[in-house]
Amino acid sequence: MDTGFIIEKFILVAVIFGISLVIAMYSTYAERKVAAYLQDRLGPDRAGPFGILQPLADGLKMFMKEEIIPTTSNKWLFIAGPGLALLCACIGTAVIPWGSPMLIGGKVVPLQVSDINVGVLYIFGVVSLGVYGVMIGGWASNNKYSLLSAIRAASQNISYEIAMGLSIIALLLMTNTLSLKTIVEQQHGWHWNVLYQPLGFLIFMVCSFAETNRAPFDLPECETELIGGYHTEYSSMKLGFYLFSEYINMFVSSAVMATLYFGGYNYPGMDYMATLLGPTWAPLFGTAILFAKIFFFIFFFMWVRWTIPRFRYDQLMNLGWKGLIPLAIANIIITGVVIAIIEKF
Amino acid sequence: MESLSNKKKVLEQKPLSFMERMYLPAIAKGMGITISHLFKKEATIRYPEVEREFSANFRGMHSLKRDENGKERCTACGLCALSCPAEAITMIAAERKPEEKDLYREEKYAATYEINMLRCIFCGLCEEACPKEAIYLDGPIVPADYLRKDFIYGKDKLVEAPLEMKK
Repeated sequence: MDTGFIIEKFILVAVIFGISLVIAMYSTYAERKVAAYLQDRLGPDRAGPFGILQPLADGLKMFMKEEIIPTTSNKWLFIAGPGLALLCACIGTAVIPWGSPMLIGGKVVPLQVSDINVGVLYIFGVVSLGVYGVMIGGWASNNKYSLLSAIRAASQNISYEIAMGLSIIALLLMTNTLSLKTIVEQQHGWHWNVLYQPLGFLIFMVCSFAETNRAPFDLPECETELIGGYHTEYSSMKLGFYLFSEYINMFVSSAVMATLYFGGYNYPGMDYMATLLGPTWAPLFGTAILFAKIFFFIFFFMWVRWTIPRFRYDQLMNLGWKGLIPLAIANIIITGVVIAIIEKF
Repeated sequence: MESLSNKKKVLEQKPLSFMERMYLPAIAKGMGITISHLFKKEATIRYPEVEREFSANFRGMHSLKRDENGKERCTACGLCALSCPAEAITMIAAERKPEEKDLYREEKYAATYEINMLRCIFCGLCEEACPKEAIYLDGPIVPADYLRKDFIYGKDKLVEAPLEMKK
């Protein structure tokens, strides 16, 4: 553990943290623009050219607003809630391989903060922790709507985590590893896992919509029933943290989907590009490809949000428990049988 | 009961078929519709910079007209004030002096002429009542303001610009 290693990792962490915050910031802008264009409108276009300064204006507004903490709330938990939500959203980026190892000044630097051998489990753990931010916030508000919404969010996340975990197991049967770095390396070129696990990907994607509390599974924020949902009592930047963590979650889910199923930084013709660009620039090009995939998924999240109406709560539970979980189990069985047959012959 | 209009339809509530329960075909169809709107022209008009065109018979702010020699047409007969259902118009008449011959067409003219734009309902009855073709509602939208008194428009805002200024 030398100083160079620590500095290298520190820079990487800072860069990834910065990028994910900027992406989350501009996701709010992109969301409004996408919504507008899908509805034949213009969207924000007053702050700066094309309205690109809109996120800054929104952030400033959030900071300047009066901060209200209800007197009957549990003050410490009330403050801890949004912090926890944002923290859990951010630390998921630590295990995602952002690119193949890169040559900088005669030193090979892996573009991944830490390659732990249980990377997939880590992601799941962090995603599961995310619900605590919502739960604690809703509970500490001492408001029946917040509490109901927090309970909804918790039960929804738990239900869909099961299907998500099961859909991943079929993938793990094929990869034989939990390390995200190895999983990505196995998808070299165009051997993307989505080609072998289309059903698994579909289940994983639907579940990640539910995990990020995005439409059509945005029941925790159901205005007509629950006012603002779990952040009814929040104002100022605490509210901003909750909204922000949703967008960071979206970014992380997109990154995980791109990494697990869409080949991460791999793309067809990458060997040719590697000889063309050299060991310094080829990994960066791969990173750009990964971000292109991530941006597509973020756009997809928004596209779905502005198309599909919200599920009813019993429909949500039906879909989760009676639809996705049996499908995921069937997927595991089929994958297992096929792998056994291939290994036998 | 027998339907008289014969428009009644009995709603069939069939359980969803397998394809419908999968949601995916319907979702794909819906997403196709929304993405097609991405390439359509937006309906928004960027208001302060661009204004929507009014129709030919749009009734906006009033203007008091001048005749071909640049004299004010209004003779302060009061028919517009009388016809106004909202009682928005008031005026004070005065007699024209000999040296003011170039300013007013008739021997009697309106010394003050006020329209309360908060009362006005833009019905256009004043326009119809006027025997001298002196008032028309052919202006733009009456702008917003902060104080009630600023909505009482006098001759300074209502009378058309003099001829030489127009050129």
